[in-house]
Amino acid sequence: MADYKGVLICGELAEDKITTVTKELTNTGRRLSDDLNQPLSLLLIGQNIQETAAEAISFGADRVFYIAEGLPFAESLPEHYVAIIASVFNQIKPSIVLLSHTDMGRDIAPRLAASLGTTVCMDCIELEIDADSKSLLQTKPVYGGNAMAVWVSVNYRPHVVTMRPRSASPAQSDPSRKGQIVPITVEIDESTIKGKLLETVKEEAKGIKLEEAKVIVAGGGGIGGSEGFQLIQELAQVLGGTIGITRVPCDEGWMPTSLEIGQTGHIVSPDLYFAIGISGAPQHLAGCSGSKCIVAINKDPEAHIFKEADFGIVGDYREVLPILIEKCKALRAT
Amino acid sequence: MDIIVCVKQIPDPEIPPSKFKLDIESKKVVPPEGIPPVMNPYDEQAVELALRLKDKYGGKITVLTLGSEATSSIAKHALAMGADEGIVITNKAFEDSDSFSKAYILSQAIKKVGDYDLVLCGRQAADWDEGLVGSIIAENLGLPLVTLAEAVDVANGKLKVKRVILDGYQVFTVPIPAVVTVSNEVGRPRLPSGWGIISASQKQIPVWSVDDIEADSSKTGASAARRKLVKLFIPERERKCEIIERETTAEASIELVDTLIKAGAI
Ligand SMILES: Cc1cc2nc3c(=O)[nH]c(=O)nc-3n(C[C@H](O)[C@H](O)[C@H](O)COP(=O)(O)OP(=O)(O)OC[C@H]3O[C@@H](n4cnc5c(N)ncnc54)[C@H](O)[C@@H]3O)c2cc1C
Ligand SMILES: Nc1ncnc2c1ncn2[C@@H]1O[C@H](COP(=O)(O)O)[C@@H](O)[C@H]1O
Repeated sequence: MADYKGVLICGELAEDKITTVTKELTNTGRRLSDDLNQPLSLLLIGQNIQETAAEAISFGADRVFYIAEGLPFAESLPEHYVAIIASVFNQIKPSIVLLSHTDMGRDIAPRLAASLGTTVCMDCIELEIDADSKSLLQTKPVYGGNAMAVWVSVNYRPHVVTMRPRSASPAQSDPSRKGQIVPITVEIDESTIKGKLLETVKEEAKGIKLEEAKVIVAGGGGIGGSEGFQLIQELAQVLGGTIGITRVPCDEGWMPTSLEIGQTGHIVSPDLYFAIGISGAPQHLAGCSGSKCIVAINKDPEAHIFKEADFGIVGDYREVLPILIEKCKALRAT
Repeated sequence: MDIIVCVKQIPDPEIPPSKFKLDIESKKVVPPEGIPPVMNPYDEQAVELALRLKDKYGGKITVLTLGSEATSSIAKHALAMGADEGIVITNKAFEDSDSFSKAYILSQAIKKVGDYDLVLCGRQAADWDEGLVGSIIAENLGLPLVTLAEAVDVANGKLKVKRVILDGYQVFTVPIPAVVTVSNEVGRPRLPSGWGIISASQKQIPVWSVDDIEADSSKTGASAARRKLVKLFIPERERKCEIIERETTAEASIELVDTLIKAGAI
């Protein structure tokens, strides 16, 4: 086990740029590497990314491995990624392999761990090196977020770990940082690849992306139907924000699934989050508990959301929202 | 098309947070009193997806559940929904198995079932939220895998699988047999029919143990686990809610805006 050293981050790119979640991983990875006194490596896959690789050094990587012939994840098969990461792993033998808990990470990490014959912990929100044992303490929400579990691996390396987006702040660029950029090639045995990706369809969000929104007005089962979401939309608009939903409006077909916030949807952290007609299930809070300020509007004074909010009104949203909208409109006019 | 669905029994994941209790010492979740356990919701959606495929192409649906004899109730539920056969896998040696051991046990059972075109699992079990077993089964059996499916169809002798991603979807084709993990976007599972309940109640649920599936018990149980739970706790709440109360809801609403301005939130 002592042969395994350092941290390897499997990075993600969007339009040849390092994504925010990868910067979050870099921040965490840097801290773990420093605590272990071992190097931090970052793996990037994509064409024309030499410049991006250089930039990655400024975010804290000691070494950036890049593979120029690969396609970005959205256009590539998970089998390819697993083969590439496994090959890089065998070249550098890190003791920790970090991925984000994204569309890519949640698919790749279990396959990778199974193929390397090691262990894996999914959707962690905290990683820490235990000062005495030097083992990696992996904290992850369980039971939908009702509880937290702390795991350690027993005699298996590497630790494959995915981290929940927004559970760490992104690494900041420091152009004075020095590091190594290592182009590598990987042989993939195509006969082992069984699937085919026919298409990837992205429903581009109109307006503000949930992950980037400063204000989110979210509506839940209490809204009662698609008409009610007009008020939600209006409030979002006057506040310069965007709208989100819980599982219920998706399941009921009131609103598109792509707006769902929570454990299985978007993870957001706006400055201001309105939870309207939302009971406050842990699976929903998993997606919004990082918000700076949470405002709950619910007609049930016992609703759990009031235990997780900063401000609340007990009342019917149909009464509250028109007034909020009008008052905010008036404010904007002045 | 012959389909195997792996289903797990879990404590009801939608109980109010106030009813959720832990035994910190033993690092275990205390089952909520008076609230019966359920089939993992994603597994119920996997059964639903299997039934849709059966409706279209015919074939047989077998559900496998690793647990105790008591978990036969969820196998019965799947039968009542329309599945053809249910099997419970249980043994002392299987208790406290980690995801790798569970996947090993289920893989052995799948081999024993023998004929199948598709293995369905839920995307994750809503108790420990691991999301591992389906993927490891695929690796164990050397089968192609697509995760997070919302729809599966057959085209040109292959499976065509629609995979959910955060802001859209992907379409994969994989040869048969394959493993697919199922997401909630499949939609509501059907309710058992009256006839389904009656016919399910008359069916036997075979119980398989170590020898039935030729399992090597050194690969199962707590001693084989690759990971150890060091702590289980309920997270502290960081927020204190200020409820804005006035004579009328309208006044409270106006006050809320002022409060938010003062707090610098708008
Ligand atoms: C495995 C699993 C994963 C899940 N993942 C997610 C996820 O990612 N995201 C997610 O959101 N959910 C998720 N859920 C579902 C979650 O458990 C809850 O069921 C869901 O979040 C409840 O949504 P809600 O609060 O909008 O609706 P409800 O629970 O129906 O609550 C509606 C609330 O509205 C209030 N209300 C009713 N009428 C009015 C009115 N006129 N004015 C004001 N208030 C009113 C009621 O008092 C109530 O509190 C998941 C569940 C499971 C089992
Ligand atoms: N004990 C079990 N019995 C049958 N299937 C299981 C069991 N545990 C997990 N599974 C299957 O594997 C999926 C993922 O589980 P997990 O990896 O534990 O989150 C579940 O949705 C089930 O389909």
